[in-house]
Amino acid sequence: MRQSRSIELATGFFAALGFAAMLFMVTQITNRSPTFGEAGFRLEADFDNVGSLKEGAPVSMSGVSVGRVESIRFNQGTYKAHVVLRIQPQFNRIPDDSDAAIFTAGLLGGQYVGLQAGGSETFYRDGGHIELTQSAIVLEELISKFLFSFASKEADQKTAPPAQSP
Amino acid sequence: MSLVNLRIDRLGGLRGALEKLGAYLLFAGRLLVVSPRALLRPGLVVAQIYNAGALSLALIMFCGLFVGMVLGLQGADLLQRFGAEEALGPAAALGMLKQLGPVVAALLFAGRAGTALTSEIGLMAATDQLSAMEMMAVDPVRRVCVPRFLGALIALPLLTAIFITIGLYGSQLVGVQLLGIDTGQFWSQMRNAVELDDIAEGLVKSMFFALAIASLAVFEGFHAQPTAEGVGRATTRTVVNSSIAVLLLNYVLTAFYIQ
Repeated sequence: MRQSRSIELATGFFAALGFAAMLFMVTQITNRSPTFGEAGFRLEADFDNVGSLKEGAPVSMSGVSVGRVESIRFNQGTYKAHVVLRIQPQFNRIPDDSDAAIFTAGLLGGQYVGLQAGGSETFYRDGGHIELTQSAIVLEELISKFLFSFASKEADQKTAPPAQSP
Repeated sequence: MSLVNLRIDRLGGLRGALEKLGAYLLFAGRLLVVSPRALLRPGLVVAQIYNAGALSLALIMFCGLFVGMVLGLQGADLLQRFGAEEALGPAAALGMLKQLGPVVAALLFAGRAGTALTSEIGLMAATDQLSAMEMMAVDPVRRVCVPRFLGALIALPLLTAIFITIGLYGSQLVGVQLLGIDTGQFWSQMRNAVELDDIAEGLVKSMFFALAIASLAVFEGFHAQPTAEGVGRATTRTVVNSSIAVLLLNYVLTAFYIQ
């Protein structure tokens, strides 16, 4: 009898430790709280280019996370990327002329959607559509723009001296 | 003539392997079918959770700490070359959660608890205890095999969670205390990078591993030749087969999660 009670004690201790470890994992090493059902409201935005934006990426205002990217798909009607954002319910006072842009966090960080508040007196509601959007900056485009402007400057300088010499 | 014999031998080997596989699958199916009824006697299962889980606890905690520490050491060394040592938190957490935690805990579990299961059941068969039960109209699968199967099934996911938690503490210990990575960076980057899906992936993996190890260990014990040599061989097969099964399953599950 005594032995079986000590076995039960050890088993209970083991199980409690196991569940405590699971609780620690769910609460301490991630800041995604489990969402039960659909919390918050949806905003839609069309981007020319979403770069490497992923579903689940944060949506932030002034650097504070206010929601997540819910879905990204290609709209064949407008030839744009249709992005659905899910905003947490407490942020219900976002002016309805706010604009959305895709930024990169840090040098190697992932991309996120930044919302910049507008000046409107009316606010976005569920299913609202963000009209003003700015695409992700694609590094190759940036480099090619820089190279082209550099090349055209050089060409200008080469053609300029003969015009001045006479 | 010898070529023909060789072919028949090979065919025999293949046939033997297929027979063994079939016997294992039938036995595993029987375990699963009988399992719900065994829960009517929870005392037997609790005793086996103690045998498989509580007795493996010290080993799992000790090994988890050192696996986490070596992950912190190696990860910090690699990341410092790119000046990205703050990324140690996510690297350690994802590495532990998705791969090292479930796999190493499962391999240790196969060595510690799987062998104990096989040799115990094998010895019961060798000393005619199982036949005695049958004579008393007690089904040995229900009375002996299923509680051990369920105990191992419940114990491994819990052990894996403990392994991962201790391992993260170990990499934190090396990364933050020893190598001076900022503790706020370590935890906040980890929290931003880890999704609930990653945690679920680790636990789902450990459940599959538990299923494989528990069923293999019980099968080998129950079908061991009832001699000292046979039980020894069966114990070896348990470790070999469950290690192979765990690593194979791990690749398949990882591929499934990464898509």
